[in-house]
Amino acid sequence: MIAVTINGRRVDVEPGTTVAAAVMRGQAGFRRSVTGELRGPLCGMGICMECRVTLNGRPHERSCQLLCAEGMEIATDA
Amino acid sequence: MPSTLVIGGGPAGLAAAWAAVQSGDAVTLLDDNPALGGQIWRGEIPARYRRFLDPRITIRTGVQIHSATQLPKADRIILATGTRERFLPFPGWTLPHVLGAGGLQAMVKSGLPIAGKRVVVAGAGPLLLAVAAYLRKRGAKIVLVAEQAPYQRVSRFTQSLWRTPGKLLQAAQLALGLRYRTDAWPLRADPGSVTIQGHGVLPCDYLACGFGLVTNTELPELLGCRVDTGAVITDSKQRTTVPHIHFAGAGSVDRSILEGQIAGFDLERARALYPARDAAVRFDRRIDEAFQLRSELSTLATPETIICRCEDVPFSAVWQQRDWRSAKLQTRCGMGPCQGRICGPALEHLCGWPAASVRPPIFPTRLENLLDLRD
Repeated sequence: MIAVTINGRRVDVEPGTTVAAAVMRGQAGFRRSVTGELRGPLCGMGICMECRVTLNGRPHERSCQLLCAEGMEIATDA
Repeated sequence: MPSTLVIGGGPAGLAAAWAAVQSGDAVTLLDDNPALGGQIWRGEIPARYRRFLDPRITIRTGVQIHSATQLPKADRIILATGTRERFLPFPGWTLPHVLGAGGLQAMVKSGLPIAGKRVVVAGAGPLLLAVAAYLRKRGAKIVLVAEQAPYQRVSRFTQSLWRTPGKLLQAAQLALGLRYRTDAWPLRADPGSVTIQGHGVLPCDYLACGFGLVTNTELPELLGCRVDTGAVITDSKQRTTVPHIHFAGAGSVDRSILEGQIAGFDLERARALYPARDAAVRFDRRIDEAFQLRSELSTLATPETIICRCEDVPFSAVWQQRDWRSAKLQTRCGMGPCQGRICGPALEHLCGWPAASVRPPIFPTRLENLLDLRD
């Protein structure tokens, strides 16, 4: 299992799990849109940009295109 | 040794890379995703196609191409950039429990548990059945598969499958035990439910929703390949209008593999595959006809419905615009991080606007990446 942190909470996931899938296990919303709407992944393939999270301090990372790695720190807007 | 660069590691790209290696080329394959196989296989390449993973191919995954200058030099480029789903706006389509049909499947394949969840699958085309069957196998409760196409068209298409019994069998297995209904489409989504034409309000944990496929033409266009009404123009050898650039892989897996091989092989070996490829293209055309989008779908969005999800532009701001360009300039529609990839195909259906031209970088990228390109 791989241990990541999502909004400060430790979560264990199977190897091969994307960051998006790890986040979606616990919550539906990932980011706030420019007018404040709650949004989550739409396309699942790196195109719509709705699944963006802050990863190890870097904002706007496409969570559906990245695999969880040990110790990753993931932060969402909501 | 001549060199071939393949962009995209789905069925078409893998077939192309394999064929180019057989023809004696030094082959490099780049893909944006963490695993090979494209959106359809997602790292689970079927046994009969594993030969495509020839150890002589240099493979790099997780590489995002945002501009032409970033591409390694090669004598020949084969673009296999694949397709994405078309999404149509309706009230509530931006809610977090609404995903693409292929989108939800991708999430489940990459680790999202779906067992026990209620899912409505809605939209257009045979992908809906494939997604529903996959999700059910993984334990989801499929509430309904809602196909917007009229019954007559779908049944005419199904009857025509006797010409390809393998496909008929496949469709029958998929449909077995699924509640599949034609003339049904989403009218609105609300938290925890969706309203489907003819079926009322259906409670669900997820709405998986896609209205056919759109070719990813951004990179071909950026490299100067001619694109017409959403399709990259190719000749019988899969050559685009730019010398040394091929394009392969729009449509079904069978067709993509054939197009990839034709693009990768030398002319003689490629020619032998033309008849099979042409048959696959004809089959895809029949699918397109059977599942073409009905006009009612362009009336679902209300004035308040968000069209551009990146910039939160409502339909009321967009509909008076003359064209895509003026919508961009006046409303910022299509100017956000997805660069019109989602709202572009939607507006093509809603307003009849052809997509606007692309410019680099074709994906948002960090300044540090652009600065790296100077050397």
